[in-house]
Amino acid sequence: MTVKPQARPKVSMSVIGPIAALIALIVMGALMNPNFLGPDNISNVLSRSAFIGIIAVGMTFVITAGGLDLSVGSMAAFVAGLMILVMNAALPSLGIGVPIILLGMATALVAGLIAGWLNGFLITVLGIEAFIVTLGSMGIYRSLVTWLADGGTLSLDFGLRTFYQPVFYGGILGISWPIIVFAVVVILGEIAMRSSVFGRHCAAIGSNDQVAKYSSVRVGRVRMATYVMLGLLVGVATIMYVPRLGSASSSTGVLWELEAIAAVIIGGTLLKGGFGRVWGTVIGVLILTLIGNILNLTDFVSPYLNGAIQGLIIVLAVVLQRESKPGA
Amino acid sequence: MKHLVSGLALSVALAVPALAQDTKVIGVSIPAATHGWAGGMNYFAQAAIDRLEEAYPELDFVLATASDPGKQVNDIEDMVATRNIDALVVLPFESEPLTGPVQNVKASGAWITVVDRGLSVPGIEDLYVAGDNPGFGRVSGEYMASAMPDGGKIVVLRGIPTTIDNERVEGFEAAIEGKNIEVIGMEHGNWNRDDSFTVMQDFLSRHPQIDAVWASDDDMAVGVLAAIEAAGRDDVKFVLGGAGMKEMVKRVMDGDTMIPANVTYPPSMIATAIEITAVGLVSQAPVSGNFIIGSVLVTPENAETFYYPDSPF
Repeated sequence: MTVKPQARPKVSMSVIGPIAALIALIVMGALMNPNFLGPDNISNVLSRSAFIGIIAVGMTFVITAGGLDLSVGSMAAFVAGLMILVMNAALPSLGIGVPIILLGMATALVAGLIAGWLNGFLITVLGIEAFIVTLGSMGIYRSLVTWLADGGTLSLDFGLRTFYQPVFYGGILGISWPIIVFAVVVILGEIAMRSSVFGRHCAAIGSNDQVAKYSSVRVGRVRMATYVMLGLLVGVATIMYVPRLGSASSSTGVLWELEAIAAVIIGGTLLKGGFGRVWGTVIGVLILTLIGNILNLTDFVSPYLNGAIQGLIIVLAVVLQRESKPGA
Repeated sequence: MKHLVSGLALSVALAVPALAQDTKVIGVSIPAATHGWAGGMNYFAQAAIDRLEEAYPELDFVLATASDPGKQVNDIEDMVATRNIDALVVLPFESEPLTGPVQNVKASGAWITVVDRGLSVPGIEDLYVAGDNPGFGRVSGEYMASAMPDGGKIVVLRGIPTTIDNERVEGFEAAIEGKNIEVIGMEHGNWNRDDSFTVMQDFLSRHPQIDAVWASDDDMAVGVLAAIEAAGRDDVKFVLGGAGMKEMVKRVMDGDTMIPANVTYPPSMIATAIEITAVGLVSQAPVSGNFIIGSVLVTPENAETFYYPDSPF
């Protein structure tokens, strides 16, 4: 998917930086624990990356177009809660079967779409700062899920959960569904970012929305599309998330927004917009997940310091890129 | 900050007509329902208040839930300023920031009941109602030791790094000392289902043989069980959670071998505190002192008495 850059005379550090960090982590993990490269662990790491990863692909477009969305973690929790409520409510009439799963999936996609559209509407039509709008919706969705769950946990009916479980745990040829869906989202995202008009318009708006406007880019519409797409991808991630534990509570998806944003930035997308790199985001997500995985697999540091190690590696991965930026 | 009248206190103040002279007001200030245990605590606080308002017409209650320590300070100041409370039942969000404000309430002459988390200055409270964290760890450890008479390898999931968590783990470690139980891994699952799922997956990748898991909390036990099930491992004999979540107590009651027991840390301790405070106001019974609610081992034999199907937790 990625073009190996060695052949070119000038290799940008911003391309090598995240890849080098990822390789260093993999080597470190493999040296510290023999099970690290085992198929089970690789499968675990990839499927747990899928939630944040799918969301982060959408976030790449939002950030490239000069926006930001802080609400995705809360939105995922709310969509998951809503999905569970709808499925439990439909259980007596539909029974356990494929239709009720499809209903749940449709609920998640529609709810995500509407939530993304609302963010986009407030930002593009009413012209409010994305930071403020999504900070507000972050609080709203978090409260709504707490309220829906009455302060506790929303749980999917046990029989239904057992039926739905293969969507997270099952797969084709030993590759689980979350990994497959993640891969498909990434490939489509990469194509959209590189070779579609939409991707180029996102970058144009992110670097200078005035110039983009005079170049007859429909700024509002493209921006709106990025938020709607992100909302939809939150719905997709939720479809994978719910069958895992079959529950949602106010602690679901906490800090997912920051992990997604961190992954996007580690991957080389500019926080101020104008340039986005979908495959870089994937590297970023894998780096973040691997740090936690390696720390759990070893007694390398006190668990109290896990957060510090994570922070250090995030900053390092970005410092590696910065060095090379000519004239930046 | 006294001029900042919270919407809640204001609306309550407006809704209640002029009170009779001998009506006494009890203020209850607790953290909002941000996780399962706190949700249960909110439920039991409301249930206790409903019951007491019915039983004692001369008592009036103000309940405020706060999502952070600052909000809780405002709530308490509003209670004093607008409702002139006779007693305060408070479960402090954090000890330090709440100590001063509660001290001020005490100075106004009100009765103070502190629940679960102590204040940083001793002697402010008239009544202290709390769970027993070292005891929680000890009972869990003793159960582990008795369930594995020949010893074995266990992994431990810890909560959010706090004093509560440290006291529990220390109690646990002291109880299993010399019992031939080897703790082969200990990580923070942050009392969170998703985090504990991830940590348990990694424990399973790292250790080929795990005999039992001390999940130390029922939310974490949910994540641990899902990870074990997904990995298809049958070396793990049982998982010991804690806190008495209704789904888990139900499984103990049904004789599930993976969940053979539970250790209580009841969110209903808030009800104990409110009830005793009310008794202190309406009767001559002396109620000052410390009331420590022991952590009890829930087994299939006694599980029914700990099962509250209506509670959210």
